[in-house]
Amino acid sequence: MTFLSYLINGISLGSVYAIIALGYTMVYGIAKMLNFAHGDVIMVGAYVSFYATSLYGLPTWASVLVAAIVCTVLGVTIERLAYKPLRTAPSLAVLITAIGVSYFLQNAAQLAFGSSPIVFPSAVKFEGIRLFDGQLVISGITIVTVLACIVIMIALTLFINKTKMGRAMRAVSEDKGAAQLMGVNVNSTISMTFAIGSALAAIAGVLLCSAYPTLQPTTGSMPGIKAFTAAVFGGIGSIPGAMIGGLLLGVIQILGSAYISTQLSDAVVFAVLIVVLLVKPTGLMGKKMNEKV
Amino acid sequence: MLQKKKFSDYSRSCIVTYAIVIAAFIIISVLKTMGMLSSLLSGLLVPVCAYIVAAIALNLTVGIMGELSLGHAGFMSVGCFSGVLVAQSLADVIPFAPVRLVVAMVIGALLAGVMGIIIGVPALRLKGDYLAIVTLAFGEIIKNLMQCVYVGKDVNGLHFGMKDQMALGMDAATGKMLINGPMGTVSVTKISTFTSGFVLILITLFLVFNFMNSRTGRAVMALRDNRIAAESVGIHSTKVKLIAFLFSAMLAGAAGALYGLNYSSIGPVKFDYNTSILILVFVVLGGIGNMRGSIIAAAILTVLPEMLREFSDYRMLAYAILLIVMMLANNSKFKKNFMEKRNLKQLERKEAAARKEATEHGNA
Amino acid sequence: MAMLEVTDLGISFGGLRAVDALNMSIEKGGLVGLIGPNGAGKTTVFNMLTGVYRPTDGGIRLDGQNLVGVNPQKISHMGVARTFQNIRLFSGMSVLDNVKVGFDYSVRYPLVDSFLHIGSYRKREREMDERAIDILKEFDLDRQYDYKASNLPYGKQRKLEIARALATNPKLLLLDEPAAGMNPQETGELMETIQHVRKKYGVTILLIEHDMKLVSGICEYIYVLNFGRELAKGKPADVLNNPEVITAYLGE
Repeated sequence: MTFLSYLINGISLGSVYAIIALGYTMVYGIAKMLNFAHGDVIMVGAYVSFYATSLYGLPTWASVLVAAIVCTVLGVTIERLAYKPLRTAPSLAVLITAIGVSYFLQNAAQLAFGSSPIVFPSAVKFEGIRLFDGQLVISGITIVTVLACIVIMIALTLFINKTKMGRAMRAVSEDKGAAQLMGVNVNSTISMTFAIGSALAAIAGVLLCSAYPTLQPTTGSMPGIKAFTAAVFGGIGSIPGAMIGGLLLGVIQILGSAYISTQLSDAVVFAVLIVVLLVKPTGLMGKKMNEKV
Repeated sequence: MLQKKKFSDYSRSCIVTYAIVIAAFIIISVLKTMGMLSSLLSGLLVPVCAYIVAAIALNLTVGIMGELSLGHAGFMSVGCFSGVLVAQSLADVIPFAPVRLVVAMVIGALLAGVMGIIIGVPALRLKGDYLAIVTLAFGEIIKNLMQCVYVGKDVNGLHFGMKDQMALGMDAATGKMLINGPMGTVSVTKISTFTSGFVLILITLFLVFNFMNSRTGRAVMALRDNRIAAESVGIHSTKVKLIAFLFSAMLAGAAGALYGLNYSSIGPVKFDYNTSILILVFVVLGGIGNMRGSIIAAAILTVLPEMLREFSDYRMLAYAILLIVMMLANNSKFKKNFMEKRNLKQLERKEAAARKEATEHGNA
Repeated sequence: MAMLEVTDLGISFGGLRAVDALNMSIEKGGLVGLIGPNGAGKTTVFNMLTGVYRPTDGGIRLDGQNLVGVNPQKISHMGVARTFQNIRLFSGMSVLDNVKVGFDYSVRYPLVDSFLHIGSYRKREREMDERAIDILKEFDLDRQYDYKASNLPYGKQRKLEIARALATNPKLLLLDEPAAGMNPQETGELMETIQHVRKKYGVTILLIEHDMKLVSGICEYIYVLNFGRELAKGKPADVLNNPEVITAYLGE
């Protein structure tokens, strides 16, 4: 029974990772860049939602909406100002810029919100369900997180496969130049990708902080890195891969901290990354990319 | 003709760099003996040396190899803790401090090198941004691990533990903690000196410049510029990159040992992600691939914030903006045009010189 | 037996059959052309010969040794060197160093010497410098040895690629459109250089080229590729008058 409850916790955490990993994987697939600042957008989303509720008394759903809008604007702005001028620059330059943006968000948040952690009130009010005479408790936030993850996954898959914008995204991800020649607006497609990824990050931020209720400027960086690990695990660029990678990583982390060591649970997750890269560098569902010579 | 000209081309820049370092050392030493250096500044001398070596080490990875490492603080951490441990436990065996410091730095470098191999083998086989993320993960792992390491020493020898101080079961009378979990190193005998830091910088420069001008160094740069072409002329990419990365990790380890033996106590948190970014800022600001720039940037950016303490809240924010602006400026159209014009002028000068030489040759 | 034996070589990318059932046989010392319209699969053949792509089927043998499944650097060590259609120089390095990288396998010294510049370092480096200058002289690049490779004019960059390939001391040299972007005079010079280099260094050459003047001027034998298949082969005069080849080039 304890194992089962660990497993459920793992799936819950994994669902958050999966939502974040979707943002990484979409941006990587389409803009071919590792958006290091993605994890920090989560933190911004959580702060916005927190202040929307505590200062302006907005209901939970509205605060999440506000957070998603703010993060969308933030994500698109970051892309326009920092990444777009570097479309043709070497990947090292883009990566360093992304790290700069991540570092900027963390330190700006520290100046704006202070560095001491605040207690984040759960966005989910209902108690959850008790099974087996109360031996197994599935909390409300767990249920909401898993459901949100499933809904987002389905919606995103439909969006990518059925809509015009989705088709444009797939085209840009295959071949930027060819897509442009076919009349796809590459810049707005990339902006759209950042917008979706950032909105998802805001949702993930609220869910994450509801489950682990401390919020500080560095809150986003570790889950961000782990979600990236999840995206690599599942195969970067692949949407179902991000999902599966996220879930597996969450379960591994919770089981690792339960059965190995709490202090070393992060170390366990990163050890997984290194093993995956050794054994199957393209990830579980990734495809091998051939470089043109 | 070739040998003579080659000397002036390649070595001139190295000699200037050596000269700057030596001149700075002499001036600072003179100021110090004359008592004209504030205690704040003289306290910064060893850390500046350590950061300079770390920045050169990272520049080797970023500028020469073209890969990004976000875990160089992790290598410094390994070097620091192993170096301090060695120096502290050999206090009775090697009473002469400079020799002990050298042994500590060598051991620190070796252990950091072992870590470099463990990380480099999986990450360097891959293309893309994997090294960055793996090194970042490594830095976090090291930080976590070091927070649960306890080492003590008593009459019976060294005691290791991963739980707490009590669990070591040391002899109460003679027991002394060397590494105390989250507190890090405790009651360290400070044996790092400015001179030792200066010598480490010189050795580092000697090795790095030699490496850059050797067949292995050229192979690394060839891979950076064009991997497919480099493999087509027979370069073994994984092996060559691993050598460069190992070298870079070892230098960072030596820097860590120098740093650790300058303070009576350092916690594992000192070598976190922020420190890795700080070193990256030195490298980017000094110019990627430019060793002299790294030295100057590391020195200025270590001393300046200490003198402007009142702005310390904005310091990290300023670094973040610096990283972004440097990258955007480096890749802007303006810069490209400027460089093209400069190259063109240089070419014209060279052509003119060649023509002149040719006519002189003809006359002779 | 021929030096290079290619038997029933084929490769598919997904559903696309890029090269199919290609047979080639090149004698030692030969200078052979590989021509065909754009997209015929010529560069793909080079990529298979140098280990960049692994063929789906068929065999490649160099002096009897198998090349299929061998990685690019090993193939280079076995004696195959190439140039690239889209120039791939080490753009941040000097002209001299570009060539010296090519000696990496043939002129070596231990790693310790690399770091300390002791032992055989000086001797080997001087040997490399001299040999590199010798090769650069063939291409009239020796006076520009200290230029950054990316600062060379286009035609010279193509020549530098050939010089770098020669530094690996190859048995077989693959040239991918060596005359692309050159004017007729430069092409004429290049033809002479190729002939001269072939004799001096004793290499066998296989080249892809669209400039028919160059192909008919120096190649002793020609393979024509169309849609990944062999369309014709033979002496230049015969092949270039073959009506099928003319149709393939000019369209219906």
